[in-house]
Amino acid sequence: MNKPKRPSPNLKRNEGRHQDPVERTKNFEEVALGFNMEEALTEAARCLNCKNKPCELACPVNVKIPEFITSLYQEDIQSSVLKIYETSLFPAICGRVCPQEEYCEAACVLKDKFGSVSIGRLERFVADYARKNNMLKLPECDKDNGLKVACVGSGPASLAVAAELRKKGYDVTVFEALHEYGGVLRYGIPTFRLPREVIDFEVENLKKMGVKFIKNVLIGKSISLDEIRKDFDAVFIGSGAGLPSPLGVNGEDLIGVYSSNEFLTRINLMKGYKFPEYDTPVYVGKKVVVVGGGNTAMDSARCAKRLNPESVTVLYRRTKAEMPARAEEIENAIEEGIKFEFLTAPVELEGDEKGRLKRVKCIRMELGEPDSSGRRKPVPIKGSEFYMEADVIIAAIGQSPNPLIQQTSKIETNKWNCLVVNEKGQTSIEGVFAGGDVVRGGATVLLAMKDGKIAANAIDEYLKSKISNKN
Amino acid sequence: MYKPQERYEIIEKRDLSDVISEHIIYAPLIARSTKPGHFVILMKDENSERIPVTLVDWNKDKGTITVIIQSIGKSTADINSMKKGDFFLNVSGPLGTPVEVKKVGTVVGIGGGVGIAELYPIAKAFKEAGNKVISILGARNKDLLILEKETKEISDEILITTDDGSYGKKGVVTDALKELYEKGEKIDSVFTIGPLIMMKFVALATKPHSTPTYASLNPIMLDATGMCGGCKVEVDGKFKFACVDGPMFDAHKVNFESLLKRNNAFKEFEEQSLKEFEKKHNCKIGLH
Repeated sequence: MNKPKRPSPNLKRNEGRHQDPVERTKNFEEVALGFNMEEALTEAARCLNCKNKPCELACPVNVKIPEFITSLYQEDIQSSVLKIYETSLFPAICGRVCPQEEYCEAACVLKDKFGSVSIGRLERFVADYARKNNMLKLPECDKDNGLKVACVGSGPASLAVAAELRKKGYDVTVFEALHEYGGVLRYGIPTFRLPREVIDFEVENLKKMGVKFIKNVLIGKSISLDEIRKDFDAVFIGSGAGLPSPLGVNGEDLIGVYSSNEFLTRINLMKGYKFPEYDTPVYVGKKVVVVGGGNTAMDSARCAKRLNPESVTVLYRRTKAEMPARAEEIENAIEEGIKFEFLTAPVELEGDEKGRLKRVKCIRMELGEPDSSGRRKPVPIKGSEFYMEADVIIAAIGQSPNPLIQQTSKIETNKWNCLVVNEKGQTSIEGVFAGGDVVRGGATVLLAMKDGKIAANAIDEYLKSKISNKN
Repeated sequence: MYKPQERYEIIEKRDLSDVISEHIIYAPLIARSTKPGHFVILMKDENSERIPVTLVDWNKDKGTITVIIQSIGKSTADINSMKKGDFFLNVSGPLGTPVEVKKVGTVVGIGGGVGIAELYPIAKAFKEAGNKVISILGARNKDLLILEKETKEISDEILITTDDGSYGKKGVVTDALKELYEKGEKIDSVFTIGPLIMMKFVALATKPHSTPTYASLNPIMLDATGMCGGCKVEVDGKFKFACVDGPMFDAHKVNFESLLKRNNAFKEFEEQSLKEFEKKHNCKIGLH
């Protein structure tokens, strides 16, 4: 195929093709369309193949970035995808949802002069191409060693543990509380950011490798942690951060007040946007207000927009510069016609006689001294209160771990109810490991996957040493 | 022991009235750890809602659980249209916090409508724990009264009321409760399950007597794993999640008014869904 000579760093960075902003608010199809082969090769040609590999060092799981891009440029997709799998697990997922602008692409030497190589989009291209062309063989698993490991939850952390340990010959069982697998990938991240076939593919592969998946079991309620600890040789807890933070204002029980978890679950897991073909309804009314500045707020706002209300407005108490959401997602939201009210917070929710939300009393903020997070703290401006009409308000102001396991066992937690672990993911209970959001309290898919890989190695070490001690 | 189960078979099905059916479902992992007050989530197929239902009975040896469902909307009618040998795609549980069963003296169980079914395992457990159990069952009419025989077997005394007087005493359950108080019955604890409005009035009736009273709340639920907050109820001025903290709460501390309103959140959707279901099945559920 015709392609530019390598390196050609001065070619324009390609941001990938996207669905038209107006069209895409009428569907839940993927927004970012990625690269075709020609675009991928051209973008790959921009890579300088730096000897010191700053991108690779900046990646939390040290994906062999220059090497996979080199193989891609040579049109050897098979080698390229295997390079990625040497240190990573779910490239089609990470290529889509990992914040590359904070890691690999932030470290790219081309960043300031020409724009970083579009590493995330290349990763996604390689992973998608390999999947669609059946180039991915199932990894070889070691002979069954007879040791049983339970994973609590089926999100990215648990899936990583399951993959790593199954390869080493363990008998792995994944317990999922909901009826479909993937955890936050399934109920939280909308289809227009992560198509379901990508999640299904990873879960199916794990099943084919021999990982057992048990749905509809809530550890901490249906079965206690102590019980599975007894029945398995080791346990990994990757139950995520599923407890929504309330707004903490009057009127929180009005109809039309959702947590982002409820709103997104109705849409992503239960397919409420297809009501009445699917039975679960979702209500947005005419005017939607979303509170928060993270990726979950962007996902909520963009899902709401696709249900065709008159307006969707995001309230954020700081300014655009402090928003924790990925820049790309903020831009996508703006393109889709979502409005933003910065330096604004809700102080009270008012309803009608039927208990339905009618309007939101807001207050303007200004930025004061930096707080513990290092960001300037928003301070309310006295007398700046004003009203916004709203039928629906969605609180996307953070999540903490679901407290069920903590409540029903003696496992050590910190003041945010996150599980306390050492650097290997070991909790306060012997043989019980944890990682992902249940430890971090709300981080990223990539860090969850990284935790899973570390914990898998620690579980392997723990069980092997236990056996050799016995012998 | 931990075997993946992809679908859940209906082993037995029995119609208790035109609109109420009992389903015995094969779900061994649930049956083995169920306690009185636990509930499950049912999904008939991929397009279904997640429907919470309190467990009526369970059998560890056979690996079965029993639910009793009244058709009140599309999803419940859809479930009741299933037959013996059909499969639920998903049954999740046991969920919720079970009732703390102990010997307290005299326990009055008050069930209304299909709530009678949900009251049954709780009344039975209190009886087995050595309590005197008085059951008050209320229904709109004779045809809708269920589990009379079963409840009688585990009760020291049973009182029945129907709205139209077609069976038992004409009136509502709180009439029977008031009579008990008037008779001088010393009541140590009251458990009530049924329509919200009924439970609200039970709570009002027991409050002057300071009788500890527990109501099983039925807010709209989604995941039922403590994740969405949709089932939040105000208890003692604080929000609790019925799915994990309940569904049974101190009835004197529940804000019933707020919950009564919240349960109408999706009313228009529910009506639309039911209408289309009735059209498709050429039938009329004919309730409410």
